[in-house]
Amino acid sequence: MDSSTEADHGAASADDAAVAGAPEKASAAEPGPRGRRGPGAERSVPAWRRSLRPYLLVVPALLLTGGILYPFGLGLYYTVFDFAASKPQPDLVGLENYRRIFTDSSFWDSAWVTVLYAVGAAVVETVLGVAVALLLHRSTLVGRVLEKVLILPLMIAPVIAAIIWKLMLQPSVGVVNHLLRPFGLGGVQWTDTPTGALLSSIAVDVWVYTPFVAILALAGLRSLPASPFEAAAVDGASWWFTFRKLTMPMLWPYVLVAVIFRFMDSLKVFDIIYALTEGGPGDSTVVLQIRAYLEAIRFQRYSFGLSYMIVLWAVVYLAAMVLVRYLGRIQNRAAEVPK
Amino acid sequence: MTRRRLLGIAADGALILYFLFALFPVAWMVILSLKPANELFSTYFSFSPTLDSYRTVLGAGEDEGVPFVRFFVNSLVVSLGAVGLSLVIGLPAAYAAARWRFRGSENLMFTLLSFRFAPELTVIIPLFVLYQQLGLFDTYVGMIWVLQLVTLPLIVWIMRSYFADLSPELEQAALLDGYTRKQAFFRVALPLVKPGIAAVSLLAFIFAWNNFVFPLILTSSDAQTVTVGALSFLGGDRPKYNLTAAAALVSVVPPLLLALTIQRYLVRGLSFGAVKS
Repeated sequence: MDSSTEADHGAASADDAAVAGAPEKASAAEPGPRGRRGPGAERSVPAWRRSLRPYLLVVPALLLTGGILYPFGLGLYYTVFDFAASKPQPDLVGLENYRRIFTDSSFWDSAWVTVLYAVGAAVVETVLGVAVALLLHRSTLVGRVLEKVLILPLMIAPVIAAIIWKLMLQPSVGVVNHLLRPFGLGGVQWTDTPTGALLSSIAVDVWVYTPFVAILALAGLRSLPASPFEAAAVDGASWWFTFRKLTMPMLWPYVLVAVIFRFMDSLKVFDIIYALTEGGPGDSTVVLQIRAYLEAIRFQRYSFGLSYMIVLWAVVYLAAMVLVRYLGRIQNRAAEVPK
Repeated sequence: MTRRRLLGIAADGALILYFLFALFPVAWMVILSLKPANELFSTYFSFSPTLDSYRTVLGAGEDEGVPFVRFFVNSLVVSLGAVGLSLVIGLPAAYAAARWRFRGSENLMFTLLSFRFAPELTVIIPLFVLYQQLGLFDTYVGMIWVLQLVTLPLIVWIMRSYFADLSPELEQAALLDGYTRKQAFFRVALPLVKPGIAAVSLLAFIFAWNNFVFPLILTSSDAQTVTVGALSFLGGDRPKYNLTAAAALVSVVPPLLLALTIQRYLVRGLSFGAVKS
């Protein structure tokens, strides 16, 4: 996935050559039985079986991967038909489903909502998560106590989190409006206006996933070398200068991992919106995966819904490739900085 | 000095504010779940607490037609099943990927990782059709198989980095002592990564438990899990807030307990080993 994995891998295979070669050398240098089965145990395995070994070990995983890739391929195949509940005998329509998607304004509406959601959630989570990590890094008594419960929201299923927030955001009986009433804001229609629904679902995403960014950022902060910060302190650098010129550049590779994960997960958000707004009001929070669900499951236009999914999959895949490559470059650059 | 102390207090204050935002919803669910049904909408913070909601949700009180305990057991079975199967399949694959570079190894690893980022619905609609044909719809086997999409990549990717961190010299020494490669794996390598296995299994269990899309579409009643089941109390013409709150809380107990026990290992797991710590 990234350059460090690549490096691990090279080292592991080099070492492995040593492992495989070791028994022969050892037995030549020191003949005679040693240990329970003697040093020949490994050597007696023929070379062709030894070279086959890694393949045998991954066969089950490979089969399972195939077991999942098969339905994926099947799904891809379905998209060139007009398979639907209303049309159980499908005709081959080629790329017609895709043409319809890209010329359909509701696709572009969904794509826009999805991008707003993903960018909004990723940006807020990054800023808030890094801020929380910086505050926890100060390691005061308050911080040490609160750090223990940081992961709590993250471990709650997003759909359950959405249910919790749905109860709290009810306009008339929800606790949020109840608490806002003294400030004259008792009647906010949180999930009943288009903007409110989008902001509310982003808020739930932020509630669930900010700890994820904060945990990774905190791990990053704790692994940064101390000497540059000591030098900056000796030079009397301001907090803001240190943050901008030292902390952020060095922390960015760690935070970026979190940002990439969050951005790509938000592109395919489903459960939070399903439980909180079901895409409403109107079409205002129908993100791509909700649209695909509605088309394929609710309206039973299987091929059309699947085509939505394939388009979203392609977008996420491309985004992943670009972002992971960028991450690799950043991490390489970070590795070159002398510590 | 006073300026610094003020800033320190402001920082602590900001932190407390964030944690109010983070913890209040859970606390509020506890309050809501303890409220008697007739006081749900009246006064907010004063009420006579009752365990009725839990009794109803867990099936000892009046029947709401939602077999929540059954959903809970289903979640346990399919999550444990998925993790168990993923370990059996994933550990050898992770070991192979860490110790050998072989044709297609990187491609296989990347394919596995890409499952993490694929939108679930892409495979779920064909799977729905297949499951109907194969009789796997709404069954434990069907759910366990599909949850591999969640648990297997996690286990392979993280265990691969655990195995890679292990010095190959240990197994080399075992081979010198006359162990076979198999014995070296089971008696030397595997015991050394035990903490990793424990942590990754718990994390995979949490992910499987929290999954929503697969049970939503691939189950209807027999194998339905708590994440889908918790929504049932919101249906109908009169949403039952207290029951929903109790169901939500009961369903988050297992993942929360596990998370607290593996807190130390969480970072590596959550980021698929991309950040080592």
